[in-house]
Amino acid sequence: MERIPILKLGPFLLVSIQVDMHDQMALALQEELTGRIVTDSARGVLIDISSLDIVDSFIGRMLSNIAGMARVLDAETVVVGMQPSVAITLVELGLSLPGIRTALNIDRGMALLNASRPVEE
Amino acid sequence: MLGRLAQLIDQNEDQLLSGWIENLSRTLGSRKGLLGDSAIRVSCHDFIVALRQGLSKDAVGDLQDPAWSTMRDLLMNLSRQRAMQGFTPTETAMFVFSFKAVLFNTLRQQIRDDSSALSDEILTASELLDRLGLFTTQVYQETRESVILRQQQEMLELSTPVVELWSGILALPLIGTLDSARTQIVMQNLLEAIVSRSADLAIIDITGVPTVDTLVAQHLLKTVAAARLMGADCIISGIRPQIAQTIIHLGVDLGSVLTKSNLADAFRLALKKKSLAVTSV
Repeated sequence: MERIPILKLGPFLLVSIQVDMHDQMALALQEELTGRIVTDSARGVLIDISSLDIVDSFIGRMLSNIAGMARVLDAETVVVGMQPSVAITLVELGLSLPGIRTALNIDRGMALLNASRPVEE
Repeated sequence: MLGRLAQLIDQNEDQLLSGWIENLSRTLGSRKGLLGDSAIRVSCHDFIVALRQGLSKDAVGDLQDPAWSTMRDLLMNLSRQRAMQGFTPTETAMFVFSFKAVLFNTLRQQIRDDSSALSDEILTASELLDRLGLFTTQVYQETRESVILRQQQEMLELSTPVVELWSGILALPLIGTLDSARTQIVMQNLLEAIVSRSADLAIIDITGVPTVDTLVAQHLLKTVAAARLMGADCIISGIRPQIAQTIIHLGVDLGSVLTKSNLADAFRLALKKKSLAVTSV
């Protein structure tokens, strides 16, 4: 089965979603990511969805869930690079993802995580 | 019976044409100058030719028949032209209706002996010309509607500019009532500008929005939520006292959204968020 790679970047994990995700893949990602947060003791997760053109409510909820799980494991989640059409769709679906932090691109997302990390240490 | 009408028109073409032009000149009055004598003559002549062509087949009741295609094209062009030139729909339809009097006169002269045949012919001709007249009005209406539609679209495009106040700070001055269609465009424009200018702050200024009801408030909240999903913060500014009262009376919760009463305050807040300051030198 296709897998979404999880890259370790210093104290953070980078997940770049490049393909249209189906539900099974999303669940597998959830599983693997939570595992990696613990084994790598990551402090932050960057999810890059800039190549994602289509989302449904399931993917929206999954992003929310991942953020929630990561928070329980003491890692902060930043979703970066959301396309305008995706943002509009999620809002129209009623999913404004209140618990998730967002940034325009990976650079800004990384800056956001770096900025919030020293406070915790 | 139908053949007879065509025959009569054929035989008396010159008489019909001159009578009609005279009639038309009278009804048009001072507006005649707008069209010009030769143009009127040409369109009248074309009309009679097209009428004959239409009558040559037994399809008098159906304007969609191919036999009437010349007539349809002619009237469509004529109607469109007149609509653009500023003629009223009455004046446009009068082009066809003014032919009636002349045609009936001719019919009366030619079919003098048989009154039932005469009334039959008049009825047929009248029905036909009524239909043609209504067709011009319909085309006129469609032309006007297309003009209105285009203007509406132009207004939509004009009314939603996104301006950059500072690098990374966008402003969206909204003017006029917000409905669903406009909000959609506003939202799209703003989000696209956020990406293209890589801005992380957007100020939505609603000074020019006359009223805010629950629907408008909901639209604004949606826009703010969508911008946040893309990683940009929004500040809503230009909230007038009445609007503040309305929002609270309606029970709209703007809790999580930053609001300022004017654009200057919003800009100051935006600069502060980016750790910038304006000082006097």
